[in-house]
Amino acid sequence: METILNWLTKFPALDRESLRDIKKAIDSSFRDFSREFGESLETFFEPLLWFLVGLEKLLLATPWPIIIIIIAGLAWLGSRSIKIVVGAVISFLLIGFFGMWDDTMSTLAIISVSTLVCISLGIPLGILMARSNRMQSLVTPILDIMQTIPAFVYLIPVVMLLGIGKVPGLIAVCIYAIPPVVRLTNLGIRLVDKEALEAANAFGATYKQRLFGVQIPLALPNIFAGINQTIMMALSMVVITSMIGVAGLGVPVLRSISNQYLALGLMNGLAIVALAIIFDRVSQSYGKRLQKHRVGEQHD
Amino acid sequence: MTDLKIKIENLYKVFGANPQSMLKHIEQGISKKDMLEKHGHVLALNAINIDIPARGISVIMGLSGSGKSTLIRHINRLIEPTSGKVIIDGENILSMKKKQLLDFRRYKASMVFQNFGLHVHRTVAENAAYGLIIQGKSKNEAKKLSQKWIERVGLGGFEDHYPSQLSGGMQQRVGLARALATDAEILLMDEAFSALDPLIRTDMQDVLLDLQEELHKTIVFITHDLDEALRLGDRIAILRDGAVIQQGNPQDIIMQPANDYIADFIQDINRGRVLRIKTLMTKGKTVAGPNLVQHRTLEDALTEVASSENKACNVTDNKGEVLGSITLDQIISGLVRVKLESNTETRYH
Repeated sequence: METILNWLTKFPALDRESLRDIKKAIDSSFRDFSREFGESLETFFEPLLWFLVGLEKLLLATPWPIIIIIIAGLAWLGSRSIKIVVGAVISFLLIGFFGMWDDTMSTLAIISVSTLVCISLGIPLGILMARSNRMQSLVTPILDIMQTIPAFVYLIPVVMLLGIGKVPGLIAVCIYAIPPVVRLTNLGIRLVDKEALEAANAFGATYKQRLFGVQIPLALPNIFAGINQTIMMALSMVVITSMIGVAGLGVPVLRSISNQYLALGLMNGLAIVALAIIFDRVSQSYGKRLQKHRVGEQHD
Repeated sequence: MTDLKIKIENLYKVFGANPQSMLKHIEQGISKKDMLEKHGHVLALNAINIDIPARGISVIMGLSGSGKSTLIRHINRLIEPTSGKVIIDGENILSMKKKQLLDFRRYKASMVFQNFGLHVHRTVAENAAYGLIIQGKSKNEAKKLSQKWIERVGLGGFEDHYPSQLSGGMQQRVGLARALATDAEILLMDEAFSALDPLIRTDMQDVLLDLQEELHKTIVFITHDLDEALRLGDRIAILRDGAVIQQGNPQDIIMQPANDYIADFIQDINRGRVLRIKTLMTKGKTVAGPNLVQHRTLEDALTEVASSENKACNVTDNKGEVLGSITLDQIISGLVRVKLESNTETRYH
């Protein structure tokens, strides 16, 4: 009688020893795995590291007026809006004036590289997902996990594998930031007008001709919304990556948390916000400009 | 007119989880309703046999859900049948390999869609050239070849517009130009004019008839509109619940509807404007009276017959040879609608 009552009130969990053994087994096998392959993985990611370090050095070595001119030029190319260009220039001048120039350049470097990685992996993956329902039902839960699992949890195996530094930071950013571009590429392609696609089929288009001639061009606004979201999410990872040794605006923020420096935290936080707003406005208005065929929609 | 271009033979299409397993039920003559209720499959096309002659407009008519749009997509194999054959110029397109099928779609059959199916990110010129680009022609060549068709459908000057800047009628002209530009012998038109306003629809029908007079393509035209079917069709096949219930010359269908469904259907048409005097004439008999050409409609011939001395006229072929004659009484009785219920004997032979 008593045993039944016990069984009901206390969840029949594994005993402590077997639980410990399971965890130990997982830990040690992963440790073995990282000893075995850690080095080769590092060599695999080496080009990425060179690229990231190179870009960071380039940004830091370039005189600031040139950087500001380049940023103004890119903002103009993207948005064709004087307002956005002026806003971007003022933001960067303020960032420099308040002594955050170097950190901002480091952050710019890692955001640019991780966005490029996310785009070059995410768009093909989204295309594959749009092609088959099975692929979609396979990838969607993985994307869900990537977006919801706390960043600290996947930082553990990444750091175990690759140690502390820029590359694990980059990987952490990509894990968190890649889902939107994958999802919206998939969605955009699936939302392409059925008849437009059927017309391509009826005229004998191959898969490639359909993909590059009809599906991607018509899905571009959605794909761009995905890229925009990916950039935003990458920026939001800046503080977390600073915990594993990535230089940038996150480092002073982290310092101000542990030392209660309100002003320092606020300034660097606002610099991140400014970067986010500039990226967002420029990429959004570029996405809109891609739809020039919709310009005359309302007129008959 | 008489050589066969497309022969659809015993075509079945079942939609559902396991269409092949339904074939044995079809052999036992299951109805569409029973198949849906008992087996959860939709019988979309049921034993379709249609012969489509070359160089004419064949209309396939039916209400929504009759399977007409499914049927036309079998001709260029946008939809795979559950069983049956589609033979075009003696070749069963269902046994074609992928490459052959692509070539068939590129060079032999082009299509016009109900909602135009234009590519909104391409200009009018780029849309019209699309089929040629797919064929592998260079941009310049495609543009040059398609330009002629843009002008032919009356869109000269709109080359650089995007579809969203055009009205529905103009958009469908782009669709037509795109289909014509590939120089395919077969033109599949799926409710091509159904999304247009009545006036513009008539306009487009004129454009099509005009083009056909010159091009003599094999056109398969899908519609739910009987007036349109009668206006365009050299032949009409009427589809109901996935089966052909009558096919033939429009005049014959009006004079001898196969069943009450069709009789009901043709109730409201303007018989005077559709029926031709050749259909009603007495063959071989000549009368003392003026000569009328065979393809004139009853309405058109009425005043001349009525004002002639004997209330009768001769009917001639296009060269003036007398074929027979028609009287005022015949015309009047031709204008009377077929009554439902009564008169069944004449309707069913």
